Amino acid sequence: MTRKQRRMSFVVLGLATLGVAAALVLTALEDSIVFFYSPTDLVTKQVPADKRLRIGGLVQAGSVKRDPDGVTVRFSVTDTANTVSVAYRGVLPDLFREGQGIVAEGRMAAGGQFRADEVLAKHDEKYMPPEVAESLKKAGVWKGTQAGGAKQK
Amino acid sequence: MIPEIGQFALILALFVALAQATVPLIGAAQGRADWMALARTAAAVQFLLVAVAFGCLMQAYIVSDFSVANVAQNSHTLKPLLYRISGVWGNHEGSMVLWVSILALFGLAVAAFGGNLPPTLRARVLAIQGLIGAAFLAFILFTSNPFVRLDPAPLEGQGLNPILQDPGLAFHPPFLYLGYVGFSMAFSFAVAALIEGRVDPAWARWVRPWTLAAWCALTVGIALGSWWAYYELGWGGWWFWDPVENASFIPWLVGTALLHSAIVVEKRDALKSWTVLLAILAFATSLLGTFLVRSGVLTSVHAFASDPERGVFILGLLVVVIGGSLVLYAIRAPELKGGGLFAPISREGALVLNNLLLTTGAAVVLLGTLYPLILDALGGGKVSVGAPFFDATFVPLMTPVLAACVIGAMLSWKRSDLGGVLGRLRLAWIAAVVLVGVTASVMGVSHVLAGFGMGFAAWLVVGSAVELAERVALFRAPAGVSLRRAAGLPRAAWGMVIAHGALGIFVAGVTASSAWRVEKIQLMRPGDRVAVASYTLRFEGVEQVRGPNYLGQRGRFTVTRGGEPVAVLTPEKRRYPAERSDTTEAAIRTTVGGDLYVVLGDAGENGAWSTRIYFNPLVAWIWAGAMLMAAGGVVSLTDRRYRVGAPRRAAARPGVAAADAPGA
Repeated sequence: MTRKQRRMSFVVLGLATLGVAAALVLTALEDSIVFFYSPTDLVTKQVPADKRLRIGGLVQAGSVKRDPDGVTVRFSVTDTANTVSVAYRGVLPDLFREGQGIVAEGRMAAGGQFRADEVLAKHDEKYMPPEVAESLKKAGVWKGTQAGGAKQK
Repeated sequence: MIPEIGQFALILALFVALAQATVPLIGAAQGRADWMALARTAAAVQFLLVAVAFGCLMQAYIVSDFSVANVAQNSHTLKPLLYRISGVWGNHEGSMVLWVSILALFGLAVAAFGGNLPPTLRARVLAIQGLIGAAFLAFILFTSNPFVRLDPAPLEGQGLNPILQDPGLAFHPPFLYLGYVGFSMAFSFAVAALIEGRVDPAWARWVRPWTLAAWCALTVGIALGSWWAYYELGWGGWWFWDPVENASFIPWLVGTALLHSAIVVEKRDALKSWTVLLAILAFATSLLGTFLVRSGVLTSVHAFASDPERGVFILGLLVVVIGGSLVLYAIRAPELKGGGLFAPISREGALVLNNLLLTTGAAVVLLGTLYPLILDALGGGKVSVGAPFFDATFVPLMTPVLAACVIGAMLSWKRSDLGGVLGRLRLAWIAAVVLVGVTASVMGVSHVLAGFGMGFAAWLVVGSAVELAERVALFRAPAGVSLRRAAGLPRAAWGMVIAHGALGIFVAGVTASSAWRVEKIQLMRPGDRVAVASYTLRFEGVEQVRGPNYLGQRGRFTVTRGGEPVAVLTPEKRRYPAERSDTTEAAIRTTVGGDLYVVLGDAGENGAWSTRIYFNPLVAWIWAGAMLMAAGGVVSLTDRRYRVGAPRRAAARPGVAAADAPGA
């Protein structure tokens, strides 16, 4: 093999790796990224069925109820303009409280209920998930008092 | 008074760093020995000043001086001493002081042990270090001063977030920073070499120990962080592809690539400009990681206060450092002529493949981490990129690395015979195939993918063992000869075998714990039983407990296996009144075969509690593998070729160095 051919073989190898990586990334971006919807988005936008998505907002006061099995929790998430009811089977995070901002990941089920398999409440009671803050701002109820208080590691 | 001394020391350190960054550089350009000599003194003085500042901050934490705003916001008199100390770096300002302290320590190390470096290279390396130090000292003084006073001082502090009050996390940031900042050494050497226009095997021999040390520290830091997330967050997982985790993983991948390509420069005098580029990128990604964490542009469980001013400062720094060094690279790199030629099937070829895949992997992780940011900036909506993305992209890219790792280590330099190597590795092949077969038959054909994971683990462990056995001629020579050979084997070879075998242990842990994890969620009343894996757990009830700075509820589970009692597990829920926050303390029983992991959920009616119980097979192998990998790095670091003074002879006789290199 000449020097040139050797160099070419590495160039080809490099391009092939990049090509494979690009193909993997494009497929994965198509299938496995999760979009965020506020309760208002769920009403106004077309939500793709059977696709994983994230929703977020405030847990409506007085809405948290437990099923008789003791491990399924139902609650409403609101951006004050609209509300979506959520069902979640599992142990809620430590900072899950009524009135608190949360993000839930899962799928929309029949009847407009959101079936969550993951609920995130960040590890600080002053904290507001940025997506939730934004959707509250859009709904015009953002007070701005929570801003800047997000201090945690 | 003491905080003011700290503040003053920081200001002085900034001026010293500025002098260190400029004078030696001019001295090296004009050949003035006295100007170049200033670099070593300045590095020592800078370290002393930064150490004084760090000490002052620590003193304020230890005596709980709440007139210092930083202490008041992050500490509390009820906190145990260890966490008052670790509280120093548990917040933004303090962690930046730790950052510059470690940077100055590395500068001091070059000044102290760099006696064998050519004077111009040493002066330039220290000047670049000074430049980075000046930038970060300015960052601290202008945007994140830890010594700001409060008047009037509060009587009590606000406390440290209780999930951070943990021994694992107390040492996680220092190790992580040793790694991040350690890559600044490789960066400084790379930039200095670009200015000098000279990269040779001796240069690689100086760079490699620094890179290796940084890489070991980063490995330990990431492993500690992941272990902490596993037992403290109570989610039973150990890696979440969280932006902050990725921010430390990207430099690790690039650093690993750098570690391997530096070998080629050292032994074969090839891949020079690529290695210099990797050295720049390793530090650039470390800085990018710092930016992502500190600026709060990405949502994460780790995010500190988001402060746009800080973000802009670090972003500016990032642009200058990365942009500047890449421009220098573009101008100077074409002058770095490669030396040794090699065929595609050779050890060099395998290392090129390793580098290609590791850097591509790093790029994919970077893309996944930044994608939400990019899409949001383009108005594409809010998205999150999680584990499914990384599983679908990163894992396939790393699979050939695992396959090639064992083969590459056995190929010879320049050109090699792939068939022969595969023949010598037949024991590893057989082990891998047997494991795939056994897994598929025991667990069912649907688990064949996990079977391949286990097969790769066996391939790595057995392959590394075969490599070692060949080197010492095990069973082919008398035992005494093998033993002598093992003793005479270079430490670097031992290190490589240990690290590659450890990778196999890690892969086994990752595969088993993700493929065969058992999760059970249920409501339990005292006396209820639940079966998980081979264990039966009986819920005995919940009692109130009182800790030094928290109140808690402690559940009691008696664990039996085949009727025999094996353990009592006591998970807790804690409430920290000072910080007004709650934490979940999972109870974990670790065995070699797997972890039984119990979490106490919420109280229901009539003394019932929701409980979550996991069985995570082989999960401890993940951290054992990572720690063993770092241990391999340390063993390699003790190789006498990299000891202080070793490169001196090579540098003194450049002609000999070049001739000596291929055989070294």
